Order: sequence, then structure tokens, then C-alpha cells
Amino acid sequence: MWKNLLDWIEYRIPMMRVANMHALQYPAPKNMNFWYVFGFIATVVLVNQIVTGIWLTMNYVPSAEGAFASVEYIMRDVDYGWILRYMHSTGASAFFVVVYLHMFRGMMYGSYQKPRELLWLFGMFIYLALMAEAFMGYLLPWGQMSYWGAQVIISLFGAIPVIGDDLTLWIRGDYVISGATLNRFFALHVIALPLVIVILVFLHIVALHEVGSNNPQGINIKHPKGSLKEEEKTKYNIHEYYTGKYDIIDDVVPFFPHIVLKDLVAFTVFCAACAYVIFFNPEMGGLFIEPPNFEPANPLKTPEHIAPVWYFTPFYAILRAVPDKLLGVLAMFGAIAMLAALPWVDRCKVRSIKYRSGLHKLNLTVFAIVFVLLGWLGLKPATPTFTLMSQISTLLYFGFFGFLWLYSKNEKTKPLPARISK
Amino acid sequence: MSNAPVDNGRRRFLTVATSVVGGVGAVGAAVPFIASWNPSAKAKAAGAPVEVNVSKLQPGQMLRVEWRGKPVWVVKRTDEMLAQLAKHEGQLRDAASENEQQPTYATNQHRSIKPEFFVAVGICTHLGCSPQYLADSFAAQVEGVPSGFFCPCHGSKFDMAGRVFQSVPAPLNLVIPPHKYLDENTILVGDDSGAA
Repeated sequence: MWKNLLDWIEYRIPMMRVANMHALQYPAPKNMNFWYVFGFIATVVLVNQIVTGIWLTMNYVPSAEGAFASVEYIMRDVDYGWILRYMHSTGASAFFVVVYLHMFRGMMYGSYQKPRELLWLFGMFIYLALMAEAFMGYLLPWGQMSYWGAQVIISLFGAIPVIGDDLTLWIRGDYVISGATLNRFFALHVIALPLVIVILVFLHIVALHEVGSNNPQGINIKHPKGSLKEEEKTKYNIHEYYTGKYDIIDDVVPFFPHIVLKDLVAFTVFCAACAYVIFFNPEMGGLFIEPPNFEPANPLKTPEHIAPVWYFTPFYAILRAVPDKLLGVLAMFGAIAMLAALPWVDRCKVRSIKYRSGLHKLNLTVFAIVFVLLGWLGLKPATPTFTLMSQISTLLYFGFFGFLWLYSKNEKTKPLPARISK
Repeated sequence: MSNAPVDNGRRRFLTVATSVVGGVGAVGAAVPFIASWNPSAKAKAAGAPVEVNVSKLQPGQMLRVEWRGKPVWVVKRTDEMLAQLAKHEGQLRDAASENEQQPTYATNQHRSIKPEFFVAVGICTHLGCSPQYLADSFAAQVEGVPSGFFCPCHGSKFDMAGRVFQSVPAPLNLVIPPHKYLDENTILVGDDSGAA
């Protein structure tokens, strides 16, 4: 009976074939460590943002007159409205925590290198769309920081020569940020960008499953057809889509259940951390929800100190470090573009940091420290000392890519093992 | 279908022609979607000029009015403030107001029609924050200059004529909006038609 139903469906849509190809019989390297859980967690956070977001729109009023009050209404009068909103606001910050760790994993293990360049680029596009999504979402509560943060970011486009002023006018739909801006950001935040992100995530996973997952050793688990002896091949039932083209070495496990179960362990820890924030510290000391945002937007009064939400601050610090508006904007976008260019900046053939030179280890460590430092500096007021620190950090940030390009061509690497483990 | 041989030239012509017509159609169809982002008629109407009565403004005081949703400052400058303008010109980016941040009738040292009344859009030319008016505590920002405007966002500094100091993020002097005097004590902000 059950079998007949499955057959009936399979004849009409390839349900089991897709499940087998992408989960039950997908070959995942068996040495994937805890750095490999963030893709799974990011997907779960995306689902959380979509579901809580849909529920928030049921009570949110997208207008300059009603937005701030409707958020307070959700917080005070709607049953469980507060938990839906805090799940959404905490989810936004958690998304970036997870994405930054996910990206750093890729940098450590060289996951952007050939043949995973497109996979990395899709990831960068997801990151860009996510930043746009978060920025537009932050305007919706219509608090002081929503308003003035948007004012600062939209003004960035005014730095473009000739068309800058007309472009900012077109983006705002008014001479200042107004209800017109709020309504279009609402439309983009709840419909347009989520669609783009979901499509990009789909493409990211399609590209991943085509080239296969990297692993902490950075060595291949797929070998040319006929190059492995029978006893070296995996004993697991791997889908013929992969075994038909390659010999799969005996260092893999099926994605489901092996990898998924490990991901679920990390997921429970992640949920506990999020629950702490949602229930005990939803503003996270002003990092996740900034204090001026508890005051309604006032176009005639700028808050004492404007800082974007923490996940934008590294790039904000770079923007402020350059004492020229256009060059500052170019440096900020350039900082993101450099990340996207990593597959071509890094000319080394060895992927994992474990087998790369001490110089590379040092360079990547400095980069990680500088990125966190820039994030901290972006939260601080622009005093001369902090500006100087931002300028040095900006140089080091770009220096990472410059040095990498120079030394990676002829880097002294350690010999790669043939197998992930004996 | 006949068995006549394929006429490749004709096929190419038709492919190109339909693609071009289709492309023009797609551009045309994009117009409403792009143009609907422009300010609406309502938003444009709300950008009408504003009258300001300055009869009660004391020397050194600032009045804020809203024009097109932006803060517009009207400051009645003291004689000391006006005298100071000439003294720190070496520290300014654009002391002679060469960049067109003001109507021609305000392209002078005090950047205004009447020397005592300073009318400016109170939005920093860096990233659009509203600077603070420091009537007598500006010396902490620029030594020897007692009064000016300081932007708390990224530390840009402007003198009492809205001229930007060197080595700050803001690239340009503050914007002087079009304005004119309707009579001795009334300024119309946002319209200078018929003015000198």
C-alpha cells in the first residue's frame, strides 16, 4: 500500500530520487568538524526569519504614522507578539553570526578554491542580499536609529558623481526619508529580497552538490573513474549520479543521517544561545536593538551618536576611515568585493590552512583580528584615536588580500595526505 | 511544413527583428516600475516654500524650521561672529565658496543675503546627519574659533558661515537653500524667484 503510493508519486515527480541524491546517498566527507554546521544552521535561521516575518506582517502597519505604534502594539497587546518580534530581531543578528563563521570556515579550509568559485560567488550574493534585507528591515520599526541609519546609508549613493543626488531622491521617493521610503522598503523586505535570497540559497546548494563538499583536510574525496582499487572505495550506498562519474574513496558518509545528526547537536546548542537572548537579553546591551530605536523617528533631531547594527560595523569603520566621501564609499564596497574575488586572489593550489605556510596562517589570523577590531571601531564615536586605528585596520584588511596574492603563487606548503585518515 | 531548404538569412533577420522589438517592449514596460519610485505629486506639493519670521530672533540665537522635511537653520549672527569669519579662512576647504553649494547671491564671505542672517540646510554634507550649533563652545573643536557647527556623527566641523574645515569627512560647505526676503523681518525659504 505504502510502496504503491510512493511508486505512484515517483512516477509523476522525482521525490525519492532527489532525496537520495541530495541527502540519503549524498557523499559527505567523514571528517567534517564543527565548522561545518553553520550552513545547516543558516538554513534553519532563514526559515525562522520567513515564518516569524510573515506573522509580524499580520499586525505591523507600514506607514510613517503607524509603524512605530504598531511595533509597540505587537510587543504589548498581541498575544505572544513579543516573542515573535524578538525571534525575528535576534534571528537577524544570529543570521550574521552564523554567516560570518560560515564564511571564515571557507577561508580557513580554502573552500572557495577551484572548483568551488561559483559556489563562493553565490554565497557572496546571498551575503549582499542579506545585508540589503537587514538594512531595509531595520527601517521598519521607524525609530530614531532606523531613520538616521537609513539616512546615512542612502546618502552613500549621493557620493556617485553626476547622478548621485537624483539617485538618492529616486531611492527615497521624497526629499527626505518619509513614509514613501518606508513603504517601498517594506515591500522589498517582505517580498522581493526574501524571494531573491531563497533562490540564491537554492543555487548555492545546487552548486555545492555538483562540486561536492570540501573538508578540513582540503583534499578530494572524488577520484577519476577507475583510479581506485575496489577496497579503497566507500562501502556506503552512494547515489549513482556520483559513483557513475567518479570513484568515491572510503572517507565519506551519507549526508543523512550522519551529518544531519551532528548538525542537530549544534542546532540545539544554537537554540539554547538564542533562547537566552530572546528571553533574557533581547537588546543584547544595545547591539541587537539600539537604545535610540525606542524613540520614534524624528527628522529634525539627529541622535548624539549614530552607529549601524553590529553586523555592518566593520565596513562602516572602513567608510569612516577614509577622509573622502567617494573614496570612502568605494573602499567600503571594495572591502566586500575583495572577499568575492578570493578564488582568484588566492593562487595557491593547496586548500586547507593545515597544509599551508606559517605566513598564510599569520595572515589569516591577522585578518580575523582586524575584522573584529573594525567591527568594534565601527560602534565607537569618530575620535582622532579611533579614526587612526580604523585607518591602520583598513590598511591591514586590504593588506591581507595583497599579501595573499603575492605569496600564494609560490607558497611553501606541506605535502598533502592521500587519504583523510588511515 | 514544406521540405523547402531553410533560408538562414531570413531566419536570422526574423530572430534579430523580433528580439529588438521585444527588447524595446521590455524597456517600455520597465518605465512605470522605475518611474513610480520618483517623488509623488503629493510629496512634491509638500516641498512648498516656508515663511520664517525673524523679528524676535536675538543675536546669537538659532531658529529651526522644516522645509521639505529637512531642518533649515536661521541664525542671527553677532558682530563678533561675522568678524571671526575672515580670521580662520586658512583652515577651510572652500573659503571662497567655489563649489556650488549656494545660490549666486550667497556666494560671499558670510554666505547669506544680509550679513547678520545665516540661512542654511542643517544637514551635514557627509552623510546627512544634523550638526549641532555650538554658539560658544566650538573652541574645543577648532582652537581659536569660538562658535561653529559640529556634526556628532563623524566629527565634521563648519564655521558660522557653514564653511567646512579641513581634515574632516564632510567634503563640502553646508547647503544654502534658495530664499528671499519678503519684507524686513520675513524670509521665504525654498523660493527665490524675482530675488536679486
